[in-house]
Amino acid sequence: MKRQFPLVITFVVGMLVIVSQFIPHQPFGHLSDTLESWFLIISGFAILLGQLNLLKVNIIKIHRKVRNWQYYIVCVVSFVVMITIGILWGTQDQPGLLGQGSALVSFFGRKPFDYIFKHFFENLSATMFSLLAFFMASASYRAFRARNLESSLLLISAVLVMLGRTTIGTWLTGWIPEDLTYLHIPQIANFIMKYLQKTGQRAIMICAGLGIVGSSLRIILGIERSYLGGK
Amino acid sequence: MKKIFVFCVLLFLFGSSVWASSNVPLTAQDHPDDDGSAIDLSWKYEGELPFSIWIERSKDGKDFELISKIAPAKTYITDGKNIKPGNQYYYRLKFVDAQSNIMASTDIVKAKSEAQWFNSRRTPLLVMVIILSAAILYFILSARKGKHLFIRKIAGLDTIEEAVGRATELGKPLLFVPGIMDLDNIQTLAGLNILSHLAKKVAKYDSTLYVPVSKSMVLSTAKEIVKEAYLKVGRPDAFDSDSVFYLTDDQFGYVAGVDGIIVREKPAATFYLGAFYAESLILAETGFESGAIQIAGTAMPSQIPFFVAACDYTLIGEELFAASAYLSDQPNQLGCLKGQDVGKALILITIFVGIILDIFGVNIITNFLQMK
Repeated sequence: MKRQFPLVITFVVGMLVIVSQFIPHQPFGHLSDTLESWFLIISGFAILLGQLNLLKVNIIKIHRKVRNWQYYIVCVVSFVVMITIGILWGTQDQPGLLGQGSALVSFFGRKPFDYIFKHFFENLSATMFSLLAFFMASASYRAFRARNLESSLLLISAVLVMLGRTTIGTWLTGWIPEDLTYLHIPQIANFIMKYLQKTGQRAIMICAGLGIVGSSLRIILGIERSYLGGK
Repeated sequence: MKKIFVFCVLLFLFGSSVWASSNVPLTAQDHPDDDGSAIDLSWKYEGELPFSIWIERSKDGKDFELISKIAPAKTYITDGKNIKPGNQYYYRLKFVDAQSNIMASTDIVKAKSEAQWFNSRRTPLLVMVIILSAAILYFILSARKGKHLFIRKIAGLDTIEEAVGRATELGKPLLFVPGIMDLDNIQTLAGLNILSHLAKKVAKYDSTLYVPVSKSMVLSTAKEIVKEAYLKVGRPDAFDSDSVFYLTDDQFGYVAGVDGIIVREKPAATFYLGAFYAESLILAETGFESGAIQIAGTAMPSQIPFFVAACDYTLIGEELFAASAYLSDQPNQLGCLKGQDVGKALILITIFVGIILDIFGVNIITNFLQMK
């Protein structure tokens, strides 16, 4: 029963969602939207579960003084500080338990929560994101090594696209006569992106779409039960 | 003389307003294939381009209210503002100049909104779903009857056993990242399905598995999956509930957390299976530099190249969804995979035939798929 009940719910809800895609009449028309709203409500409550888990796991590590336990103190302190100042003075237009905190706002220029969010969190986030540029360079270096025919083609295409996206591409082939514009590097880059690249992406998307249909069908029919921990 | 002039002007204005009231044909009809919450209006205005078009609506044909002011070049609009199915609505349009003077207007027309029981625009989708479902069900039944089904090897999935074995030998942990989307994303579910198989192997080999997650609902599901896997293998005591843990909902906060784990713990193998965005390359490159065997899988077309460049094995698109069935080796699930392949073949044939017919000017398939 413990296993059958979720399967029955999955089947009924899954079939209803499929049917609602083809029947606009009420009550089917807005069923997907309603279910999505339900999901948002449930996930809203579930956030608390995640926060408690975060605190529990980090406090246990500090308590046991596992390797690098000092890092976990930073996490717990940051967590507690943000929650505390959020509750006390609120965020943006929302007042906290101690009101809008006008004195602090005049000192920091904004509420303490917003100040930390803007000057600490956003910068840290941007730092992580900016790592992408360096990683992209290192990954490209490996990917574009001409080891065989395929990787050589990839290298040539990549060089053409990169050149075509910069002014160097225009400068290099700008002298080519007008009636041979298809030989201009920006034109070649556009051709690669518009036809070759897009074709490949669409092929992946069509196959992924089929995979989603198959996977959904397996879950709805109860054939796929791994997500329940079972066979 | 002055009175005659004023009279002539008034006569002219009156005459022109009478003329303007009926010179633009307007049609109103129920918006097709909807739940009765919209009415389509279309008109044909041929005079001097107005500054704006005012759309007025009434429930009784007498008291009109202005519901929208739209751009002058438009010739149709779908009114979806507070339309109730089964009700009748009256419309009229006014074409006004910059000073809000009426240049022309339409007659009053009426339309009744109605909800439909079938969305005919989705007929191609329905046909494809039926064909695909029928193919999948046929092959599931064939597999149940014992028919041998050939499924091509997926190298990335065959390596899972090797990765777990390597981690056990080295005494290092394994890291599983189920993406940054929530449980309502099918890619996350596909990733968690693979986690179930992986956790069983980890439990069997008595290795360590870390599963950092970025969504609370994924946390509870992943925890149950890993716990159940340990239970299935007969080692419930070896399950560490803290091995599946929540980091943060924030995209780059999560990346920082996972990267920290990779750098500190140096896992023997990392698995990135689910929905990924810009964080894919940051994670995969950090894993690459730590020397881990890396297996990734996603259906996000823009992230696949990053995983291909930085990981040892990448499950591309549908392979992610096929992985669980492939690993389970059950006839039911393998039949499903085979059915998908048949569906893929049918779509390929449809596209090919469509292209050939289009070249010769026959657009039957294209029109059907686009429901023109």
